[in-house]
Amino acid sequence: MSGIFASMLDGLLIGSIYGLAAMGLSLIWGVMNVINLTHGAMIALGMFGTYLLYSALTTSPYLLLLPIIGGGLILGIVVYWIAIHWVIGRPMLMSLLSTFAINMMIIGTGTALWSTSPYNVNFSLPGLTIGEYTFTGNHIAAASAAVVIALALQLFLSKTRPGKAIRAVTDNREAAELMGISSTTVLALAFGMGIALAAASGALVSTLFPFTILSGAVYQLKSFVVTVLAGLGKPFGALVAGMLLGLLEGVVTPFIAVSWIPLIEFALFVVVLVAFPKGIFGKAAS
Amino acid sequence: MILKRPFFWLILVISGLFVYLPLRGHDVPLREDLVLVAIAIILASNLNLMIGYTGYVNFGHIVFYGLGGYIGFYLTSERGWNLALAALAAGVAVSLFALLFGLGILRLRGAYFALATIGILEAVRAFVANFNPWGRSTGMYLSFEAYKVLGGAQRALWTDYYFIIFVMALSLILSLRIKISKFGLGLFAIRENEDAAAVLGVNTTVYKAVVYSVSAFLPAVAGVLMFYKNGMIDPFVAFEFMLSLEGIVMLMLGGQGSVTGAALGAGMYERLRSTLLTSPKLSDFHLVIAGGLLLIVVLFAPGGLIGWLYRLVPRSQKVIE
Repeated sequence: MSGIFASMLDGLLIGSIYGLAAMGLSLIWGVMNVINLTHGAMIALGMFGTYLLYSALTTSPYLLLLPIIGGGLILGIVVYWIAIHWVIGRPMLMSLLSTFAINMMIIGTGTALWSTSPYNVNFSLPGLTIGEYTFTGNHIAAASAAVVIALALQLFLSKTRPGKAIRAVTDNREAAELMGISSTTVLALAFGMGIALAAASGALVSTLFPFTILSGAVYQLKSFVVTVLAGLGKPFGALVAGMLLGLLEGVVTPFIAVSWIPLIEFALFVVVLVAFPKGIFGKAAS
Repeated sequence: MILKRPFFWLILVISGLFVYLPLRGHDVPLREDLVLVAIAIILASNLNLMIGYTGYVNFGHIVFYGLGGYIGFYLTSERGWNLALAALAAGVAVSLFALLFGLGILRLRGAYFALATIGILEAVRAFVANFNPWGRSTGMYLSFEAYKVLGGAQRALWTDYYFIIFVMALSLILSLRIKISKFGLGLFAIRENEDAAAVLGVNTTVYKAVVYSVSAFLPAVAGVLMFYKNGMIDPFVAFEFMLSLEGIVMLMLGGQGSVTGAALGAGMYERLRSTLLTSPKLSDFHLVIAGGLLLIVVLFAPGGLIGWLYRLVPRSQKVIE
């Protein structure tokens, strides 16, 4: 019985990282109605960024989160000006395709640089033993970091002026502009932050599992599932939904083969989309 | 009347060339190049029915091709069915599957629909990767008996090639036929404004489900023929998300909503990809180049090649559908 408990707890820890990745996707969707298909590539860049920095500096990879987040923010703003700004307000297909084009270019360059063979960040913190089960220190540290970043984002959105501007633009872009908010700056900032979150979640994953340049795709798909569970455009709900997804994985792992999990997740995804298009936490009307 | 359209005859001539050129010198390498182009054209023109005609972005179009491939593979290899019969059965089965799912997910619009199609693709792939009779994640190999029925591997591959070209011609004719029909007009109305279309008496639910189902049929048949030719199948080649997205790139390149655009984009992209992949210097960068090309098209020429041609020579719309 305690085996399930341990597995659930482990799922919860991993789930907070799914949640972090999904928060970025959700933020971008909420502010500018763009489904960011570069997300997987950015998660992968976060992994490789951590790998490269760690190889060069050999400090704790959790300290390296700061430069990774900063780099993600800048990269996101650059990508916004290259590929997003011009398709805002055009049909959905256009932003899907322009972000997908950036995704192809990043994955292509990454494959050329690092091939598709696995890398790993060779770092481990002492674990925590409860009874007969040991939780690795990295899992605990990564999950804590994810929660801290998520709380920081929530504080930023609710307390600071730029954060409030982002929320205003999310609610109603025209009205926000009439109140003197430069929506272009806000969109660029929000996109940058979304990418920074993706990179940060990639950095955290890289301390847990080996990864390749293509690994981001798995987490991008999980982010879709999580974002849809939470309701598109609800960043904090995404963290909770991420943990729920992790918990679900933890609950079923002891009973069925791991290879069945994607089927459960994606079937759930489609069902939730059709039955609750506003997410399970979503309010009925808007 | 479709017979009065010059474009109809153009389709027949081009398909004829696809058959004649490799046959003339029994040129197998040329046949192998053309078969990839033909498959790309089949996938892109059927995808065009959803994206270009109806305005619904289907990210998981490849699921029809993969499922068709699996069903056909199972029927020809394990059950000893005739290839044509297996292809037909797979097409019908996949179309029914699409109709069923279409009625569910086509209530969603825009991005929500696009996401649901990704969900279906991934769910089906995960199911097949765990499905015992279909060899789970290692897939299946074709039993050699399946080729013997058609007179040995060599002759079977040529017969299979003619089938594929036939399906390519059917895909183009189907696109043209729908474009000039009342059904097609209803789809265009849905694309422009779904609510207005519904008010004006287009039964949008039925139209969308039918076109989703129709767009599944020929890709499923193509899947049967292609995997029969390859002699092996596994969940990762059959349900490749990248291939699904590349179909959209082809459409954008050529010009969505146009029959020629879909075919031209498919042909060009496929040739470009083959050239890049086989070139020793550029093979690593084929994704970068394809991505850059897509970005340029999206930002500067959203009508694709055909949109550009229509603007340049407006009269060309009469001949090039």
